[in-house]
Amino acid sequence: MFSDYGQIFVFMLVAIAFVLVAFISAIILSPRKPNISKDATYECGEDTVGDTWLRFNFRFYVVALIFIIFDVEIIFLFPWAVVFKELGMFAFLEMVVFLFILILGFVYAWAKGDLVWDKPSPIIPKLDRQIFKAD
Amino acid sequence: MDNFITSLLGENILTFVLVTVPVIAFVAVFALYAVLGERKISAWMQNRVGPNRVGKGGVLQTIIDGLKLIQKEFVSPIRADKYIFNLAPIIVFTAAFMGFAVIPFSSIFIGADLNLGLFYFFAITSLGVIGLMIAGWSSNNKYSLYGAVRSVSQIVSYEIPTALAAIPVVMLAGSLSMQTIIHEQAGGILNWYIFGGPGAISKLILFPFMLTSAVILFISTLAETNRTPFDIVEADSEIVAGVHIEYSGMKFAMFFFAEYAQMFAVAAIVSTLFLGGWQSPFGDLIPFLNNPWIQFGWAISKGLLLVFVQIWLRWTLPRLRVDQLMTVCWKFLIPITLIDLFIIGLYAVL
Repeated sequence: MFSDYGQIFVFMLVAIAFVLVAFISAIILSPRKPNISKDATYECGEDTVGDTWLRFNFRFYVVALIFIIFDVEIIFLFPWAVVFKELGMFAFLEMVVFLFILILGFVYAWAKGDLVWDKPSPIIPKLDRQIFKAD
Repeated sequence: MDNFITSLLGENILTFVLVTVPVIAFVAVFALYAVLGERKISAWMQNRVGPNRVGKGGVLQTIIDGLKLIQKEFVSPIRADKYIFNLAPIIVFTAAFMGFAVIPFSSIFIGADLNLGLFYFFAITSLGVIGLMIAGWSSNNKYSLYGAVRSVSQIVSYEIPTALAAIPVVMLAGSLSMQTIIHEQAGGILNWYIFGGPGAISKLILFPFMLTSAVILFISTLAETNRTPFDIVEADSEIVAGVHIEYSGMKFAMFFFAEYAQMFAVAAIVSTLFLGGWQSPFGDLIPFLNNPWIQFGWAISKGLLLVFVQIWLRWTLPRLRVDQLMTVCWKFLIPITLIDLFIIGLYAVL
């Protein structure tokens, strides 16, 4: 009657229903007393300062780009992994060549320093004299 | 079909709903007691007592916590984007729960034995990151946004070693279906994929490589579920609580539920791929232990063992910095899994 994916769909509906039942019972049972400071944006007790849309490190985008390349590779790897025993040595070598080309790109990104993140460089104060003298 | 409910009652809409009932009941009970278990285990590790007031030894603690959360006001901040702010917990929980559809609990019970099972699992659980992203975005809070950006880059990066570490098993089993992968590992502990799977004794040379894959799969799924040592997404001491910051009451409880549900889901995946899932470690020596109803016990206890290791790691290791997190993933895990893949592929093809 249904396929296996019909079962998956039922799983999705049950999960959504579970959350909605929890939400609705919370709405029924909980008090409603909104006030301005309760509904304000949380910032450790201070008034919020400035805009929310802060800038962040552009390396997040670089990581996303490298991820897309590898994800496409993984999509190809899964069907290949299922059947490669029947296809034998030829399919294996083909995949090695495919991976080699991808890894070249990965090595290029690595060598260019796109995988280097800023490390913290704490300044450790130096003491000129010993405070505690060992006797 | 592949479970005892449909084979008993036939296929109709009612049984399709009934199949999900034991799964959601298991997820709910597991989440309640995993929270308690985590608090108790952390207490013992830190020489404390842990929750011990509600019920005998604190057994009712999380139920009371849930009842408290349900009475809390349903707050949405003024500056938040209300619709998607409330949509985010639904997406996160649904993605976590849909992963359970392909987790085999026994040879007679699996939600849906898809022929793409493993692929489906990786696809659907990574949808959770969309929930985290829109939660961080719609909260309109600086800490939330930082948490969301970090979570996306972290989950997206660790998805690659997760998939690459699972592929050796797919290559040896020649199938993506969870039940087929487990059936391949029949006949005792030495036929589990961590020892190289079924076959002649020469397969044992695969053991170090399979062990590496299993450990890498475990580490990167730990990162996918945002557990310590990979919890820079929440990072209480720097960005307060990341994406959870504006959520309270039942909305927060749903994020919490999803996290614990995912903990068991990924533990079950590791045990399915490498530790034989519901197979008894004694194989045919003790046929009684291969009873389909005892298999539930094997599947769940292997899962719980791995969940215990996750909790143990959380209370042992400090949190990684962002740069360390990326270095571990891109410069260590991915090259190692690629070498592993090459060696295991070479063995399988020769």
